[in-house]
Amino acid sequence: MKELLRQRRHPLAVATLTAALALSGCGFDTESSGGGPGEPGTDGITLYSGRIPAAIGGAVDRYEAAADRDVSVRYADTADLAATLVEEGDASPADAFFAQEPGAIGAVADAGLLTRLSADILAMVPARYRDPRGRWVGVTGRARVIAYNREAVRRAELPPSPFGLTAPEWRGRVGWAPASDSMQEYVTALRGRYGDERTREWLEAMIANDAVDFPDNVAIRDAIARGEIDAGLINHYYVAQAIAAEGEDYPVEVYFAPEGLGSLMLLTSVGVLDSSERKAEALEFVRSLLEAPSQEFFTTSSKEYPLARGAEPDPSLRVPLAEIPNVSGELVELEQLQATIELMQEAGAL
Amino acid sequence: MTATRPAPPWLTAAGLLVAAAAVLPAAYLFFVVAGDLGDALADALTSRTAGILARTLGLAAAVTATAVAIALPVGWLTVRTDLPGRRVWAVLCTLPLVIPSYVGAYLFVAALGPNGMLQDALGVERLPSIYGFGGAWLVLSLFTYPLVLLPLRGALRRIDPQLEDAARAMGRGPLAVFRTVVMPQLWPVLAAGGLLVALYVVSDFGAVSLLRFDSFTREIYVAYKSSFDRTAAASLGAVLVLVMFGLLLLSSRLRSAKVVHRLGPGALRPARPYRLGRWRWPALAFCAVVVSVAFLLPVAVLLYWASEGISTGSTSLSRAAALGGNSFLVSAGAAALGAVAALAVAALAVRHPSRLSGLVERASHAGYALPGILVALALVFFATRLAPPLYQTTSLLVIGLTIHYLPLAIGPIAAALLQVSPRIEEAARGLGRSRADVFRTVTAPLARGGVLAGAALVFLHAMKELPATLILAPLGFETLATDIWTQTSFGFYEASAIPALLLLAVAAIPVFLLSERGAAVP
Repeated sequence: MKELLRQRRHPLAVATLTAALALSGCGFDTESSGGGPGEPGTDGITLYSGRIPAAIGGAVDRYEAAADRDVSVRYADTADLAATLVEEGDASPADAFFAQEPGAIGAVADAGLLTRLSADILAMVPARYRDPRGRWVGVTGRARVIAYNREAVRRAELPPSPFGLTAPEWRGRVGWAPASDSMQEYVTALRGRYGDERTREWLEAMIANDAVDFPDNVAIRDAIARGEIDAGLINHYYVAQAIAAEGEDYPVEVYFAPEGLGSLMLLTSVGVLDSSERKAEALEFVRSLLEAPSQEFFTTSSKEYPLARGAEPDPSLRVPLAEIPNVSGELVELEQLQATIELMQEAGAL
Repeated sequence: MTATRPAPPWLTAAGLLVAAAAVLPAAYLFFVVAGDLGDALADALTSRTAGILARTLGLAAAVTATAVAIALPVGWLTVRTDLPGRRVWAVLCTLPLVIPSYVGAYLFVAALGPNGMLQDALGVERLPSIYGFGGAWLVLSLFTYPLVLLPLRGALRRIDPQLEDAARAMGRGPLAVFRTVVMPQLWPVLAAGGLLVALYVVSDFGAVSLLRFDSFTREIYVAYKSSFDRTAAASLGAVLVLVMFGLLLLSSRLRSAKVVHRLGPGALRPARPYRLGRWRWPALAFCAVVVSVAFLLPVAVLLYWASEGISTGSTSLSRAAALGGNSFLVSAGAAALGAVAALAVAALAVRHPSRLSGLVERASHAGYALPGILVALALVFFATRLAPPLYQTTSLLVIGLTIHYLPLAIGPIAAALLQVSPRIEEAARGLGRSRADVFRTVTAPLARGGVLAGAALVFLHAMKELPATLILAPLGFETLATDIWTQTSFGFYEASAIPALLLLAVAAIPVFLLSERGAAVP
């Protein structure tokens, strides 16, 4: 009995637990660099970013230096941040929202949470790359393309549309990644343009034509470079990144097919929260993202297309923005992803 | 558990407070569907989502059965036999728990997926697909079986060998003894551990999405990602809460009112290990296969990436150490808070069974059945409206992680309490101690193996948690898990290897601590 009552506790474990409990009880809050969120009068702005630090860091740094103002960033999945903004409502500490995918910022705008951007900002981006109601602007673009190995395929052999990849001569030579977000966004766009029936037929024909399954875009690109397959459906910047890293001899090229949404442009975009108490600063931040040095940072680091008027794409992007076929004209509505996944499952692609 | 006394008011109050915090995520879901729950559920449960729910439950059942099938032999071999190096095997076989299932899944895809490392190495055209039910079953089983193993080993150590000796003296063979004497004493922990595995599978999103298994959580994700339909997502989440209650009922049936504490006087005599003899070779082979597939393979892939990543420049070691500090702080906070909260809930449920205490225990599980992002959104919802100063603080993050992982601590603590005879407590009362004193000086120390196991499980999971951490952490507060996410979401797999390895190293601390301590427990 005495023994039982006097059992020694594990000193390290008990000390750790006690200390941790004391700390969490007191709220061991770290000072965020830009002062407390939601407190007016502090100088910094708060950004919710669906894009990772490496993709926006240079542009944020430039703004911080130029404006002498801190930017505190919450990084998370774009859709999660959109849902968070909706729950926070007017209490949101965020001043601006940088979205990786097009659907999310539309949803936040439709919830009435984004303010209308000033005319000078809207004028910096061509109309086809911004919200018709002026609540957000595109910052960069990611194009869906056909990548191919130039040692195995001549440009003239490529079909004018991804629909042509179901022809017998492409049997077993084409890679795709049905599970990737970008492929699913592309299929959603196909459904919007051509209807479910035609899209399903294409998916089934691709499978029947022995399209090779990959987990993601990078794996497709590397398989094309190794010559395991001759072509694949991927996002343009994966190829540009490899060209920038490996040099001009890199054997993979991108092809912007003019038909069949073969060069669909998906936008990353930014908006300013209506609840922000630092709208002027947030607008200044958006403006800075569209200025030449930031646009150059985006295209140099991620190889995405800069969308501001007059911005020059990175040299590894061999096709200028103006020469990319304007495949949609309208913005892609990506609110049908669930139905897309169902369709892809029915067709056997997932 | 012969005499049920009413619980002291302070314990009831503590239990109710814990339960109230734990049901916040569920309350949020019901608030969003606001009144039209019936309609919302009807909308949510179409024939298609019902089919997906059935498949998800099928996966949960398969994974749970497999986890028990792995944990039972490993636990028995490492506690009750003369398996060579059994303490090392005990640690090694628990280590897969430190691998986040989303990391495990992408490592498996990289190693075994189409055009992955194995296929390259073998030079074959095609491997059996890692995607779908099979892959999800494999990966989730391998990374969740320690949830059964950890409490199981504790229970095996606390088993009174006298019962077995008596059974053997009466002429029963070893298998019959195991079936009729040992197994009945293990049901409570197997049921509790199995419940944790099943709920983990039901609420997991990271692994199933990478392995392309169309699970119910994916349905929730798609509902708010594609259409930003809060109501649809919330009503699907409410379905998960109902599923969780069903699984809880099932689990409590399995461990209903069994007397598993010792009735006789005297101290627990250490059990004499079974001699394996020739069987030690297959036993060793079994442990080796489990450790190789569930731990060494993923770690080998990470080490390979780390060696590639060092040349291409990745997360620096000093930065990784700072991230590790943040991860440790938050996880230890959640572990401590979780252990205290779970002790109150478990003491109430085990020592003072009543309608109310049963309700408190079930309610405390509500946050575990839901995907982390829904837990986070619920706290965003309540904190911005009711407690703005708490919003975007580490405290709220710690509370969120505690709510999410509370049942991980309740299971082992309840199992430990079940094995402590209430007579000891009664004796202490008889010697003049107050109830609070008895709880502090008798109950808590006796259950401390379970408390530490519970705290360790919360620590490990809090360390690995991602979606809720990304949303609830204060601005600029990064952890190892968020850094891994940052790197992998952009395809920098090599760069993620160092934070991932450090995460494994920090998470391995409680695993070592528990296994080391295990040797000293009577």
